[in-house]
Amino acid sequence: MSEKGCCCGHTMDQQFTELAPVLDKYAKVPGSLITILQKAQDIYGYLSFDAINYISQATGIKPAKIYGVATFYSQFRLKPIGKYLIMLCKGTACHVNGADTIEESICEYLNIQDGETTEDGLFTLNNVACLGCCSLAPVMMVKSAEGDETYGNLTKDSVKEVLAEIRERA
Amino acid sequence: MKVIIGQGSCGVATGAKKTAAEFEKLIAEKNLDAVVDITGCVGTCYLEPIVDIYGDDGALTRYVKVQPENVAEIVERHLAKGEPVKEMAISQEDQQFIEKQQRVVLRNCGVINPENIEEYIAADGYKAIEKVVTSMTADEVIEEIKISGLRGRGGAGFPTWFKWDAAKKSPGNEKYLVCNADEGDPGAFMDRSVLEGDPHSLLEGMIIAGYAMGANEGVIYCRAEYPLAIHRLEIAMDQAREKGVLGKNLFGSGFDFDIRIKAGAGAFVCGEETALIASLEGERGMPRLKPPFPAAKGYWQKPTDINNVETLANVPWILYNGGAAFGAMGTEKSKGTKVFALAGKIKKGGLVEVPMGLPLRDVIYGIGGGIKNDKEFKAVQMGGPSGGCIPASLIDTPVDYENITKTGAIVGSGGMIVMDETTCMVDMARYFLDFTRKESCGKCNYCRIGTKRMLEILERITEGEGRDGDIELLEELAVKIKDGSLCGLGQTAPNPVLTTIKYFRNEYEDHIYKKKCTAKSCKALIKYDITDACKGCTLCSKKCPVGAISGEVKGQHVIDQDKCVKCGRCLESCKFNAITVE
Repeated sequence: MSEKGCCCGHTMDQQFTELAPVLDKYAKVPGSLITILQKAQDIYGYLSFDAINYISQATGIKPAKIYGVATFYSQFRLKPIGKYLIMLCKGTACHVNGADTIEESICEYLNIQDGETTEDGLFTLNNVACLGCCSLAPVMMVKSAEGDETYGNLTKDSVKEVLAEIRERA
Repeated sequence: MKVIIGQGSCGVATGAKKTAAEFEKLIAEKNLDAVVDITGCVGTCYLEPIVDIYGDDGALTRYVKVQPENVAEIVERHLAKGEPVKEMAISQEDQQFIEKQQRVVLRNCGVINPENIEEYIAADGYKAIEKVVTSMTADEVIEEIKISGLRGRGGAGFPTWFKWDAAKKSPGNEKYLVCNADEGDPGAFMDRSVLEGDPHSLLEGMIIAGYAMGANEGVIYCRAEYPLAIHRLEIAMDQAREKGVLGKNLFGSGFDFDIRIKAGAGAFVCGEETALIASLEGERGMPRLKPPFPAAKGYWQKPTDINNVETLANVPWILYNGGAAFGAMGTEKSKGTKVFALAGKIKKGGLVEVPMGLPLRDVIYGIGGGIKNDKEFKAVQMGGPSGGCIPASLIDTPVDYENITKTGAIVGSGGMIVMDETTCMVDMARYFLDFTRKESCGKCNYCRIGTKRMLEILERITEGEGRDGDIELLEELAVKIKDGSLCGLGQTAPNPVLTTIKYFRNEYEDHIYKKKCTAKSCKALIKYDITDACKGCTLCSKKCPVGAISGEVKGQHVIDQDKCVKCGRCLESCKFNAITVE
């Protein structure tokens, strides 16, 4: 790839080797921006400004526009995340069954708020709209390189046990 | 013998994969003549993991809540000796959860293996499309759907045939069929279940719709939060192409149709058709003014029809059994069946498919078994953030488009969240406004700023800072937001507030004037106390995360109200009912 940076003079030092094949496939297919961003996030865990600039160069779409799309959808993150992403369901069924107290419990245990990452880089907490497992409410999904694991019928204490177990394993 | 384990997202979440692995291990160890297979969600999510064992004579025994540690006994007694383990099988009462339903959309969910096209074909799958492309004209297909009376299951309830017909009549050769699988209502999961449990019925429905309107390409816009659904759809599409039921020249008719998946990226507003199209084109999902309607100018400015998953999954059944058979179910204006996602404070939560027009009572008590912990039923929320709360006094309302709309709620996508006496209705309104405020795309001022203002008012009411005139202000804003918004999101966002004010005005007034939360749920308005029933066991003081409880061993404890964070742990831990909430 070219070493050309953005207009602020910042240069990219990262070689986006894993993203290159994705762009080869989608860069010139109209309407593929969201797909490209999803693949980029799958690879790097988040969308860095460098990644956005790189995608911009390959697709010809202005960085500002890519940024606009990336910030519109709740799926996209502009900051790196921890090894384990906690997706806490805040759907209606979970809300009625006490998702707020589960959130308090997680925040208290990990000492982070929604959207933040623990200092050790292990956990990131993200509240999500609905995971679609409403009859098991309250629910959370933990995403990691090991796969996605869903935990249902959570209580203030059981959620801590789950997190403690993951912490021990990691 | 065949061992079938339900592996929808809900089954997997309760450990179905571990249960399946245990079966496989023990069957191999004991060298038994049995195969392990998977299926989707049968709908009784509260009983997961569910294991169905079919004997060689075809007899079915259904085991529920089967954890890995229970597997050995089932293998030992049922598989090895042929004696079903009766005490672990589904109870008569739970069996009725399914028997009381009438299944059209969910006909194959929890029955067939969704990753095997042969099982779908054996269940009369792809027969409807064969009949359609070899013996019917597009107009005849549309006429059949018109006879059936099928209306959009995604929310608005618009007649399906009309949309197909409009797209068909639009000039142009290049047309698109889009399936909205971006189930955005937090609390509805029927589309997920169909995608995971019976993906072929959606594919077949899409091919039929494509044939009727003259489209050769279909796009499924699916939530990225449903990875298993996307995975199963991909498998189904590959198998369908291999079988020749998807792709070029279907059944030798010369009709071509193919489908691709686009993963959504999480935006509730994309339930609106024009916003969904913008998102498909890789843009911010913002709605635009209609007309032109998508039927005239949609995806890439071409005629486009958009239907939801459940709507399309009905289509193969209708074409195979005839529109009249579908129309015979339901009420005069709301035909057929509808799937509801029963959740919240309900004993038996899961997916329920019933004919339209069944009273709410029959769904909540007859099938759902009533309220968890036998508390008092207060209200049911229908239609998610666009819907409203229906109070206990209206529990005999028939569930169909017209009657539910009369209450101020909507059928919507079919989410039914049951609430009991401990659910605060002002807090529910606050919850939904928080949701719509975040999800507003920001295009219309009233939706962007109005929902924010409404949320602020609701927040201050729940925090005990409500003011005289707040209720009236909410009502005024609600009307303006409805009038001043371009799309369905803004036009319906005030509904949860309006319905709770309509039916539970006293709760709003209690919060504002008496500083009291009847449901004892708003933290700022409740107070924990310890009565003289306290035995001084010290458990609560150990559980208290902020050290607000003090007292001698065997002496009555007290709560320091300034320190108390009202987390309720003391109440949960007390074995002597000595803690009160006021």
